Amino acid sequence: MKRVELIDVSKSYDKQVDVISNINVTIEPGEFFVLVGPSGCGKSTMLRMIAGLEEITGGTLKIGDKVANNLTPDKRDLSMVFQNYALYPHLSVQQNITFGLDVKRMKKEEQRRKAKEVAAMLGLSDYLDRKPRELSGGQRQRVALARSIVSETPICLMDEPLSNLDAKLRAHMRSEIRRIQRQLGITMIYVTHDQVEAMTMGDRIMILHEGKIQQVGKPIDIYNYPANPFVATFIGSPPMNLAKAEFDKATSELVLGGEIRLPVPMDESGKLPTTTMTVGIRPENLYPVTPETKAEDIFHTTVTNVEILGNETVFSFTIGEEEWMAKWSGQWHIDIGDQLPVRMEFESISIFDGQSGELLKRTVDHGNYVTTKEVQA
Amino acid sequence: MSTFWRKSVDARTAVLYLLPSIILFSVFIFYPMFRTIYLSFFLTDQNGNAAINVGFENYQYLLSSSEFINSTKATVLFVLYTVPIGIVLALFFALLANEKLKGIGFFRTMYSSTMGISVAASSVIWLFMFNPSIGMFNRLLSVFSLPQIQWLLDPEWALLSVAISTIWMNLGFSFLIILGGLQNIDEHLYESSRIDGAGYFYRLRRITLPMLSPTLFFIITISLINAFQTFGQIDILTKGGPSQSTNLIVYSIYREAFINYQFGTASAQAVVLFVIILIVTILQFKLVEKKVHYQ
Repeated sequence: MKRVELIDVSKSYDKQVDVISNINVTIEPGEFFVLVGPSGCGKSTMLRMIAGLEEITGGTLKIGDKVANNLTPDKRDLSMVFQNYALYPHLSVQQNITFGLDVKRMKKEEQRRKAKEVAAMLGLSDYLDRKPRELSGGQRQRVALARSIVSETPICLMDEPLSNLDAKLRAHMRSEIRRIQRQLGITMIYVTHDQVEAMTMGDRIMILHEGKIQQVGKPIDIYNYPANPFVATFIGSPPMNLAKAEFDKATSELVLGGEIRLPVPMDESGKLPTTTMTVGIRPENLYPVTPETKAEDIFHTTVTNVEILGNETVFSFTIGEEEWMAKWSGQWHIDIGDQLPVRMEFESISIFDGQSGELLKRTVDHGNYVTTKEVQA
Repeated sequence: MSTFWRKSVDARTAVLYLLPSIILFSVFIFYPMFRTIYLSFFLTDQNGNAAINVGFENYQYLLSSSEFINSTKATVLFVLYTVPIGIVLALFFALLANEKLKGIGFFRTMYSSTMGISVAASSVIWLFMFNPSIGMFNRLLSVFSLPQIQWLLDPEWALLSVAISTIWMNLGFSFLIILGGLQNIDEHLYESSRIDGAGYFYRLRRITLPMLSPTLFFIITISLINAFQTFGQIDILTKGGPSQSTNLIVYSIYREAFINYQFGTASAQAVVLFVIILIVTILQFKLVEKKVHYQ
């Protein structure tokens, strides 16, 4: 277990344009830290900088409490799982697992014992004598994992380790990796472009975009309180609906996309800027209308697309120039072209500054609590 | 009959598709090959027509001929001089040129450039360099006040000299093939081993060489066959001399056939060479290929 600290880290290939800049983050010992972002955002580069495979051109990297900028990869006390697993095709599974131990001149017997131990842990015991090409994708992935576990390093780096697996196996390996990380207490730095992996695996996640940190925090906080419109649309599926909006002082209403007028409570109206804003709302916070719904919270839409996913129904419609989506739980019989009333409440919307994208108003906490009292009563 | 005709429709179609290569191979490979084997059992007239069937006499003559035994020895020595050194050198240069350095493209071009020079042209260049009075090598020796060497004229040195020039000529091709093999190795394997702390020679031994083994196997096979078939540089540099020391089998075949007009014994030599190369290649596949790792 070791802390990894990045202070003002930046990277440029041509000494002019930074592909990564101003990275300040501390990854706590034993933490599962996920780096997530769209492809080309610099997340893999950042991981490789931590691993020592890429040079750090600015700032300080600390591993443990030591400055590690100029340490060679093997002196950084970490292991890494590559996207294509980087298994040695000419070596057996056992030799692949013990490669790093052999480099460190560990006794053969000891190597074999450790390989067996780790193989048992990952269900690879029957495959120790096979070559990687004789394994399935999931098994190869496990070998790569075993190789990193057997090194017993306090830090483990993973570069999109699940992206070559099919959906079912991916879900399985997700929980498996998480279980092993908890069991061994490793500090894990995990790169992915998949927001589901980020949400489900990370203790904390960091969202990168164009080499800059967008937000760092617990997955649920990032989901609830995205720092800017980019994060809002990147995390969550379907993404958060966004629309340009203005505040109409005369009627104390928000005007969304020039169409929807949403009344603003008296105590909130003072906090809103007079300039343009971006208003966001999660698809699950657009509700069907019930008899209790206040008339001013309702707006009418024309359905442009419907997807019934079994336990929930997602339909889209157009607001201004944006396509919005709403997610209703249960199965709804909606057809394309239907006129549909939808309820939206001021308390569930997020408001971002129109220029800087900064979050101005958060949504209320939609979280539920299980209270044993109610059940007893 | 008509049912046979109908049943064989697939076979006939297949033969039709194969016809172009069957014709080409027949004209340029099969016919000359069988003609050579046929001729090796005959004494021929001056035009190379079979005259008297002598059975295995040509072969008996060859095996007792000190000239042919000398040729075979020289050929084997020549192969031993050129192939291992040539491949080790090419591997060394390829490893150097595979490093990510500034301007490495220049060196890659230079190292592979001998591929673009014909055997004849480069032999002429080497002829000048080996020249005892005006050649570069003897000039160099005299600068360091070392005794002069009669490179191509001394029976002790001639085969070695030809071998040196041959190594140089073949370097480009071997280099290019090996460099290609090196660049095919997944970079992540090296990165992963660097994280494990493997040093350069450990990586070379446990990753590079095993991963390169198919390429090395290929280039060794090709180089062996090429070395056994060396002709051009012998013809230009030494003409088989001095005192037969560089009279390699192919050159000996050429002399026997086109200077002495003994097409029968020449063909017999060709068949013997064919058998030698065949055996060496089979041995290689049997013994060495086991150690080759294919993806």
